[in-house]
Amino acid sequence: MSFDRTLTALIAACVALCIAGGALAQDTMDEIIRYREMLAEANPAELLELEGEALWSMPRGPKNATLEQCDLGLGPGVLRGAYAQLPRYFEDTGKVQDAESRIVTCIMELQGLSREEATRGWYEPGSGNEALVTFVATQSRGEKIHVPATHPEEAELYKIGEALFYRRAGPLDFACSTCHGLDDRRIRLQELPNLSSQQGAQASMSQWPAYRVSQGVVWTMQRRLIDCIRQMRWPEPEFLSDVVIALELYMQNKASGVVSEAPGIKR
Amino acid sequence: MTAGTVRLGWMAAVVVAGFIAVWPGAAADEQADAHAATDAAVEALMRKSFTNVTPAQWRSRVEQDEVQQLCSRYRNDPPPEAAKRILELSNREFRYPANGELLGDWRKGEQLASSGKGGHIGTIQPDPPGRKRGANCYACHALAPSELSAGNLGPSLTGYGKLHGASADSARRVYQKIYNAQAFYACSQMPRFGHNEWLTPEEVADAVAFLLDPDSPVNQ
Repeated sequence: MSFDRTLTALIAACVALCIAGGALAQDTMDEIIRYREMLAEANPAELLELEGEALWSMPRGPKNATLEQCDLGLGPGVLRGAYAQLPRYFEDTGKVQDAESRIVTCIMELQGLSREEATRGWYEPGSGNEALVTFVATQSRGEKIHVPATHPEEAELYKIGEALFYRRAGPLDFACSTCHGLDDRRIRLQELPNLSSQQGAQASMSQWPAYRVSQGVVWTMQRRLIDCIRQMRWPEPEFLSDVVIALELYMQNKASGVVSEAPGIKR
Repeated sequence: MTAGTVRLGWMAAVVVAGFIAVWPGAAADEQADAHAATDAAVEALMRKSFTNVTPAQWRSRVEQDEVQQLCSRYRNDPPPEAAKRILELSNREFRYPANGELLGDWRKGEQLASSGKGGHIGTIQPDPPGRKRGANCYACHALAPSELSAGNLGPSLTGYGKLHGASADSARRVYQKIYNAQAFYACSQMPRFGHNEWLTPEEVADAVAFLLDPDSPVNQ
């Protein structure tokens, strides 16, 4: 898409100008910042937010019900601030759940759809997952991320998430911490957030879910983490699985205190 | 029970308590137990979360060997005993190219250094079967000064051959580092390219040449 081409051109220009000299490079950086601001004024994720809102209030499934009574942790139907307080423990399922797994619970319980129906093609654009998550997350924009992980089940999963962050495996011996455990690191020219630090986790988690310019789609946190794991050359964990939720819990806990700006804009 | 035996019993308890308090291994043992409990919980969760995996994939891509276990447990900062064990395990085997030549073709090495392709599995975005795997050195290291798009997770290796020369000793050392960096640094973040069979011995030799060959762009 054209955003992609514009960005590629800007990066190419930047590389060329970086060679030419510092003053010119500064101009190019200004251009990139201006481009980001331009995008932020009209974030394409807003279309998905509207789509998600429509899907949220559309009667569906054998029970012909909407998702409007979905309990995301703050009570049935309370959306404001709910995303920023996930993952959390839910009494009814006896599980620590993130936004995505909880939305699937609501689809199954309220609308009567099967798990298979609720998750089919979850990573494909237009699957409903990205639209619903974008809508729900947007209802926390301006709210502080607050995931204290104090319930015993949450505390236990947090410990596992932290250990997972440092768990090296696979043919390249990678862990999350390999790339995301130190400040000011890059893969090639791509900056890497240090997700083991409060500052790094806050800068990162306040932006998810995010519109990805290079792909022209919104990526949810499940999508982001499953793809990281794919790039580590591990197999893919199952969508909504506890490994993914444990890592989210670890990062959201680290990020607590920052104001959510979801949906963000990424490369 | 007489007052005397009660007193004796009480004194014995104090002595035992004191012994536990000053015994230096107690805290470490407790920590090791806590680690082991978390590790077991992590592995149980891994089993539940990675369902669509063949036994061969599980062994090569999920299950940890002892080195990975130790580095994970100590977050890449192993205490002396564990570091010793890692160095010992990592120095056990190096396989070399059949022709015995440790300085390969720097042009092929450069291609390996530039490519981050290959080796992805799964259903969402797997690589086509048989796709050549890159070593992606540029993801983490600066190499040829002409390549600006270089990462900084690892140290800059620009001019490495000019600095270290291309002697047989130098080539052997670099070969072993690429083959298994943990033979030199316990819990190095660098993939064990040879040990894990990500690269063939011939490919490791090509990467060595890219670093050391006087004609390589790394040394221009």
